[in-house]
Amino acid sequence: MVLILNEYVNPKSIEEAYSLFLENRKNYIKGGGAWLKLTIKSAEKLISLDNFNLDKIIVNDDLIEIGSMATLRQIETNRDIANLYNGILSKACHNIMGINVRNIATIGGTVMARLAFSDIYPALLVMDTTLVFYKLGEISLVDFIKNPTKERDILLSVKIKRKEGIGFYKKVATTALDFSIINFAIVKVENKYMISVGSTPYIASLAYNAMEFLNKQSKITSLEIDEAINILLDEIKVSSNTRSSKDYRIGLVKTYIKRGIKKVNADAS
Amino acid sequence: MKVVNKRIPSVDGLGIMKGRPAFTDDFADKNSLIIKIKRSPHAYARIKKIDDSLAKQLPGVVMVLTHKDFPRVPFTRAGQGYPEPSPHDKFVLDEFVRYVGDEVLAVVAIDEATCDKALSLIKVEYEVLEPVLDFEKAIDNLSIIHPEPEIHEMFPIGFEPKRNIASSYAMHIGDLDKALKESDVVIEETFYTQAQAHVMMEPHTVNARMDYQERLVIYSATQTPYHVRRIISQALNIPLSRIRVIKPRVGGGFGGKQAIHGEMFVSYVTLKTGKPSKIIYTRKEVFESSYTRHPMKLKVRLGATKDGVLKAIDFNVLSDTGAYGEHALTVFMVVGSKVLPLYNKVDAVHFYGDVVYTNHTPAGAYRGYGAIQGNFALESAIDILCEKLGMDSILFRQKNMMKEHETSPIFAIMGEGTEGTPMDMDTCKLDECVSRGTKLIDWYKKYPRIDMGDKIKSVGMAIAMQGSGIPYIDMGSATIKLNDDGFYNLLVGATDIGQGSDTVLAQIAAEELMTSVDKVIVYSSDTDLTPFDVGAYASSTTYVSGNAVWKAAKEMKSKLLIEAARILKCKIKDIEFDGKEFKSSNGESITLIDLSNQITYSEDQKQLSVTSSYVGHKSPPPFMAGFIEIEIDKETGEIDILDYVSVVDCGTTINPKLAEGQVNGAIVQGLGMAMFESVKYSKTGKLISNSLLNYKIPTRLDIKNLTTEFVDSYEESGPFGAKSVGEIGIDTPPAALANAVYNALGVRINTLPITPEKIILALKEKESK
Amino acid sequence: MQVKLTVNNEPKSFICEPGEYLLDTLRRYNYLSVRRGCDNTSCGVCTVLLDGKPVPSCSVLTASVENRSITTVEGIQDEAEKLGLYFGEEGADQCGFCNPSLALTVYAMKKELYKPTPEEIKEYLVGNLCRCTGYIAQERAIKKYMGDKS
Repeated sequence: MVLILNEYVNPKSIEEAYSLFLENRKNYIKGGGAWLKLTIKSAEKLISLDNFNLDKIIVNDDLIEIGSMATLRQIETNRDIANLYNGILSKACHNIMGINVRNIATIGGTVMARLAFSDIYPALLVMDTTLVFYKLGEISLVDFIKNPTKERDILLSVKIKRKEGIGFYKKVATTALDFSIINFAIVKVENKYMISVGSTPYIASLAYNAMEFLNKQSKITSLEIDEAINILLDEIKVSSNTRSSKDYRIGLVKTYIKRGIKKVNADAS
Repeated sequence: MKVVNKRIPSVDGLGIMKGRPAFTDDFADKNSLIIKIKRSPHAYARIKKIDDSLAKQLPGVVMVLTHKDFPRVPFTRAGQGYPEPSPHDKFVLDEFVRYVGDEVLAVVAIDEATCDKALSLIKVEYEVLEPVLDFEKAIDNLSIIHPEPEIHEMFPIGFEPKRNIASSYAMHIGDLDKALKESDVVIEETFYTQAQAHVMMEPHTVNARMDYQERLVIYSATQTPYHVRRIISQALNIPLSRIRVIKPRVGGGFGGKQAIHGEMFVSYVTLKTGKPSKIIYTRKEVFESSYTRHPMKLKVRLGATKDGVLKAIDFNVLSDTGAYGEHALTVFMVVGSKVLPLYNKVDAVHFYGDVVYTNHTPAGAYRGYGAIQGNFALESAIDILCEKLGMDSILFRQKNMMKEHETSPIFAIMGEGTEGTPMDMDTCKLDECVSRGTKLIDWYKKYPRIDMGDKIKSVGMAIAMQGSGIPYIDMGSATIKLNDDGFYNLLVGATDIGQGSDTVLAQIAAEELMTSVDKVIVYSSDTDLTPFDVGAYASSTTYVSGNAVWKAAKEMKSKLLIEAARILKCKIKDIEFDGKEFKSSNGESITLIDLSNQITYSEDQKQLSVTSSYVGHKSPPPFMAGFIEIEIDKETGEIDILDYVSVVDCGTTINPKLAEGQVNGAIVQGLGMAMFESVKYSKTGKLISNSLLNYKIPTRLDIKNLTTEFVDSYEESGPFGAKSVGEIGIDTPPAALANAVYNALGVRINTLPITPEKIILALKEKESK
Repeated sequence: MQVKLTVNNEPKSFICEPGEYLLDTLRRYNYLSVRRGCDNTSCGVCTVLLDGKPVPSCSVLTASVENRSITTVEGIQDEAEKLGLYFGEEGADQCGFCNPSLALTVYAMKKELYKPTPEEIKEYLVGNLCRCTGYIAQERAIKKYMGDKS
């Protein structure tokens, strides 16, 4: 199996990488490269970002900044990320493919790929994540997912605010190596809930109305959770695909949102 | 016994772990021409026009092969004994393409990139025809998949291609209607089993070269080198003597390599160009364009008296053989012949049905070979029957199942494609398997279920049988040759595809020759150098090939004693041989090493060599009882398998650890079929599950524990008491799981795979009633 | 193009197309223990070590590993022998097609993880599929190898 590729380029600066990227529609930036074969049939130039130290994970008091070339394995094994919201991002990474893939797949590649079944998005969304682009600067992950732009840019890093909070993450899949049938992330931080559902089979989103409803409640019992789930099912689109029917997915939403909210409440108390 | 029934490491495991070249592509000539197949995008079409002019002009393209280049000789790709029970319904390339992935033409070029470029330059015009994609609508469908006049059966198998029937079969014992009338309780159920993919780790590959005798030498990842040689000879009109087929190490087969894959193309290309050539299937091609398990519909009726005597079994089966009829009849018959005798004391049996063509990926041989489909239906039905009878399903089985020294009339009636062979169960420890398994899993503490809150734990079980080779058809042979320095070469046609036959056969020889395995050097599966063997299928290797090895070893021992007697100047009966030394009662002695050196170099020189063959007169079934313990989420239906207990009677385990490995590997493959593996097509007949990203097999995390035991059993007709064990492990998981799910939640899933989604749907339907 | 790198501690210079994957380059240069199973990172059969870490060679461009260090099983013969002997003891040796890549991954695991639990071992190795053994015998052998202090 060969990739039809004219040139593999190691540019000397990010600016050079950026100009090369803009030069030709068939020039691409290589992330981890694990699934190049599945996403592009051929390329003029493949541009490597390997020499710019974009693989660092920088931890400050209130912020974790993950370089776009950091591998999923690096993220999975990072202690500070493991301590963030009960390690929901670590868990999300951990359940992706095998360790060999995670040693080359990068968070940048994963974010930019916009694969709807991605396990990373729900975790990042509930942690109020920001993306840092070379030209565009900072934009929220929510905006990035909602408004795909045709403008080419280079992702430099992913910023996550460090806060005290409880987290819940669940990926439902047929086997340990399969893509998700549906995935969930819930955090409770500063007494407010953030809930995200993904792979529905659509790309992950936040359940704003359900979150708003829950955040207004003085106490949360099964009744409030059930109501929140109804609201969530109104705002988040769920459908069928080859992995699951719509009805079954809806059942999973009911089960795991309930279990997740109960868990973050139980852990909090 | 010193070597047999001992844990001996395999003779080849270490070398392979260390990365030595061992598999087919490792031996491909570095300058091999690359062959790639253009495959049909349509489920059913006629090729109207091929424009390959641009491709042929591309530098590096050697040739483009279409159906016009091959002799119009129909054959079957199935690796079976001759004459094959499968219809001869395949041409190397044809004007018609019959499934998405079928071969349209072949491009031959100097490297892969050129092949790909050439393929993209070829334009094919098709007349798209109406495909048959529902096997329940295949018979007498307006669309006839095989209209060719030249195709034929080799002997009557019920071949009616104009009706889209590849094969039909019917048998009965006793009077079914009467037996049902005399039953107090009758149940009727319909089951569906899906197509399963083998997913052996090594994709199919073949390479060929001409040797300096101008002979075609083929290295193929195959389970049946001798059948490959014969089929190529017939299809391409080449004398058998000009072909040599070598099977190197094979990275798994499970039946998926028990048929021709790329051998025709490399043979043609190498003969035509004189140059080495090779073909490697991509994983996508393995899924789309090799073989699958036969999906089936099984309509079952069982009748029993109220005190739990099973009286009647009615099995009406429809099997989908896909675009070509490899293994059509034989798999179909095993649904009956290696399942129904489990309940041998019934008054009446009716087993009948059809195998139909559809425009799906061809179905073929797959471990279990019909027994897993039949077992799912029968063992589920037995539990359903017991529920209706209000009887304990274990007690019911123990009352009605096969026992040692009993027989079943089915054995005489049903063979593999032809009549069968009557036989008594000289060994059948099924009762011990059931009681031991019941104990090991702690059945009565856990049956039917334990409510854990969010989850429920439950247990389910099933019994199974298989066979040991095909009597009067499967032949295996072995040559043993003595070398100087007192070690032996063991040459066998038997095909090691990872199941360890090289090792097991070396153990049998070593035991009989009273030596150690490292003094028996095995070389296998080379049609020039090793004696004939049908190959690795029908669980024949340990029993059939093993018996051939045993015979050969005994004969070698006799020959050794003749030489020793000559050298020690005494009578044979006065010699004691312990494997290392010959001692005569007159005090003289000679070591085997000295004897071998003497007859090689010094005096009365000769090469001691023995070839023996064996054909079975019976096929003593291995038996087993399988028990599953699951934990199931009440709300989502997700299942965790906590344990799978297997208690097996396969006679002597020549190599207990390798036998355990066979059972465990098969159990996991069976669990995959039971729980989630599913070959899926789109509405237009395109395979959706054509990648390992979409077709999932069990991973390490999905298998928590397997408990496997073998009961004491000694089959007189088998080598050192052995029966075979390669397939039986795969049969019980589907029914055991279905029964466990019923025990847990009271819902009966009759279609495989048993997915969480199906369970929840069934629960909802149950609640709404 | 020419790609300079180290394979099994030996400096190598591979000539390859920009779009060639490491699996094919290695096989062309006679590292025949590295094999192809699926071509899309699902099976683990093509695993090699890149700077000591398991990666899927079917999906790593040779051009992207310039100046890096690759290990194939030819480079860890002693460890592969140890593991192979345990496999033999436990009856885990069947077709063997997944074994060299598994040996590399187990070797990397032994260096990376400190006294992993059986569950952690399964998780580390989950990307290495096996269709023959049903995993249990492999796990017994791997457990012995992990405990081997020699």
